[in-house]
Amino acid sequence: MLKTFKIGGVHPPENKLSSGEKIQILPVPEQVIIPLGQHIGAPATPIVQKGDTVKAGQLIATATGFVSANIHSSVSGTVVAVDSVTDAAGLSKPAITIKVEGDDWEADIDRSAKTEHNITLSREEIVKAISAAGIVGMGGATFPTQVKLSPPPGSKAEILIINGVECEPYLTADHRIMLEKAEEIVVGVQILMKAIDVKRAVIGIENNKRDAIEKLQSLTAKTLGVEVCPLKVKYPQGGEKQLIKATTGRAVPSGALPIAVGAVVQNAGTALAVYEAVMKHKPLIERVVTVTGKSVKKPGNYLCRIGTPISKLIEAAGGLPEDTVKIIGGGPMMGRAMVNPDSPILKGTSGVLIVNDKEGARKPSRNCIRCSKCVSACPMGLEPYLLMTLADHNMLEQMETEKIMDCIECGSCSFTCPANRPLLDYIRLGKARTGAMIRNKKK
Amino acid sequence: MNTIVITIISLCAIGIASAVILYFVAQKFKVEEDPRIDTVEGLLPGANCGGCGYPGCRGLAEAAVKSENMDGIFCPVGGSEVMNKVAVALGREVAVQAPKIAVVRCNGSCSNRPRTSVYDGARSCAVEHSLYVGDTACAFGCLGCGDCVAACPFDAIHMNKETGLPEVDETKCVACGACAKACPRNIIELRNKGPKDRWVFVSCVNKDKGAVARKACTAACIGCMKCAKECPFDAITVENNLAYIDYTKCRLCRKCVAVCPTGAIHEVNFPERKITEKL
Repeated sequence: MLKTFKIGGVHPPENKLSSGEKIQILPVPEQVIIPLGQHIGAPATPIVQKGDTVKAGQLIATATGFVSANIHSSVSGTVVAVDSVTDAAGLSKPAITIKVEGDDWEADIDRSAKTEHNITLSREEIVKAISAAGIVGMGGATFPTQVKLSPPPGSKAEILIINGVECEPYLTADHRIMLEKAEEIVVGVQILMKAIDVKRAVIGIENNKRDAIEKLQSLTAKTLGVEVCPLKVKYPQGGEKQLIKATTGRAVPSGALPIAVGAVVQNAGTALAVYEAVMKHKPLIERVVTVTGKSVKKPGNYLCRIGTPISKLIEAAGGLPEDTVKIIGGGPMMGRAMVNPDSPILKGTSGVLIVNDKEGARKPSRNCIRCSKCVSACPMGLEPYLLMTLADHNMLEQMETEKIMDCIECGSCSFTCPANRPLLDYIRLGKARTGAMIRNKKK
Repeated sequence: MNTIVITIISLCAIGIASAVILYFVAQKFKVEEDPRIDTVEGLLPGANCGGCGYPGCRGLAEAAVKSENMDGIFCPVGGSEVMNKVAVALGREVAVQAPKIAVVRCNGSCSNRPRTSVYDGARSCAVEHSLYVGDTACAFGCLGCGDCVAACPFDAIHMNKETGLPEVDETKCVACGACAKACPRNIIELRNKGPKDRWVFVSCVNKDKGAVARKACTAACIGCMKCAKECPFDAITVENNLAYIDYTKCRLCRKCVAVCPTGAIHEVNFPERKITEKL
């Protein structure tokens, strides 16, 4: 009997079209746009000006405050603008635009394929290196990694959980790196274990990735304290709290962080980035992105420089199919539709999903029939139908009592609703307003 | 028969006993209330719209009785007429406030502002605003889902199907401000109904640079400063690439309307005639 989390969850069609496609390197584009806010927290402060020449891997914007991340140039070339550009949602956001000239890397970055195994740095040095490299959670939440590795005083981590679940349908980027960069990930896990001083690490992988489970099991067989935990396929197992419950059986209390039960969760992609930052001095300037969709000619996984326009990625996958109605950044469950395909790939872009006209259109929403399917599907034990109504009426206090802030925005409720009600749309709005009210109260 | 008599007598006894207890309890816990509150409440329109900022008409009545000089207490629905009656009832003076009206400051109709995407999410401006730029390239303009229409307690604002923009019914609007609060993009503003119910306003809230704004909408304010230079009364300020007409200073000369290159400045209820004749 495979492990999984207990409350709620759904099983959408997996559609992992590109799981057999090897990671290909996407050619460097003519120009990259690197936004300053690619992480949760304050946007970074630019330290280059128009006309400056930069190398790949050079620091171009520094973290603003504790919850923020450094940003590095992903290419070599000339800075043509430090200005605002239109992001994927069509809104203006500050960014640095660099015109590419050649491919010249910073001298101390080790670009050889050899895997380094000896971790020589101390705990503090590791966290410092991760912070300097601008690493953020690669699963999509983009929380700065160094903050997660510095537990608040009084709390102690006991276990490191590596998220190799990739429960979103269609996406296969984590699956491919776990196959092709398995050795590096295992070293990355060991670095992370040292950084938070724990003796045990669990790599949680869903059972639809048998090859990755076997590969990592064979590699970790002789590694002390690291084990692979195969999990039953269920969405949203990649949610932090769901994954902790599935792998350790511990339940994170409402409103608390995973550290409350002694757990620190990091994505498999983050482990790889940590390995590259600590052992190879390579900052986070490229990532693997899945391009997929039922009508896409060549669904695949591409290693792209951060800031590459998404349109280049779509070109590499055989161009935009004619029956496209939506382009989604991320997976179909939690991703967001984009209006600007020329917007750049960010640190948190795990996939680009191209939806055709058969799947794309939302069905008209009808009245709630009180079937309570959304309540059964909610992995946080909330009542989505009630939260939607409260959000529509802007009843902030009641939403707070009904624990709207616990919502992880996984979309299981909207997915399961037989009346096609836009539950998550309203809950997200209510959550934002309730959050603002709670913050105002604290002031 | 006997049972019925006993039942009636005992019920009457319980009723009388309870009435006596309730009478003494009511005497003991009597709340002294100013009778003027009821009088004032009777004078108010009784719509309980909350446009005055108090919870319903009784809230305003209580506040009016308590306050010394009626500062900041004004019923937008009843207007000066009702407030005068209230002031007379309370033996106080009230400052005359000009009547106001809700003004929709967006001119991004389907013909002026091309649609760049199709929005098929929840029919709510607040939701759409939280997700992305909207179905046009303008990040400031009307989203057209009608949150303002749903919020209006007076049935005074409706969507125009042709333009896709909300329109205010001048005869019904009482300037309670419910639509202005409901609009997630702060497009709706309460402005003075000028003399003869005429007013001039900038029908745009786009703060993008001129070229960007113009690309998104042909009727956008591009912050060209022409109106500010033309205005003889210093009523127009341009901030963040957006002109704003201060209605307390505007004297309705309409010079700004004539110079605006994009037609973003609107005049309402003026007779059809050339501006030169008016001057």
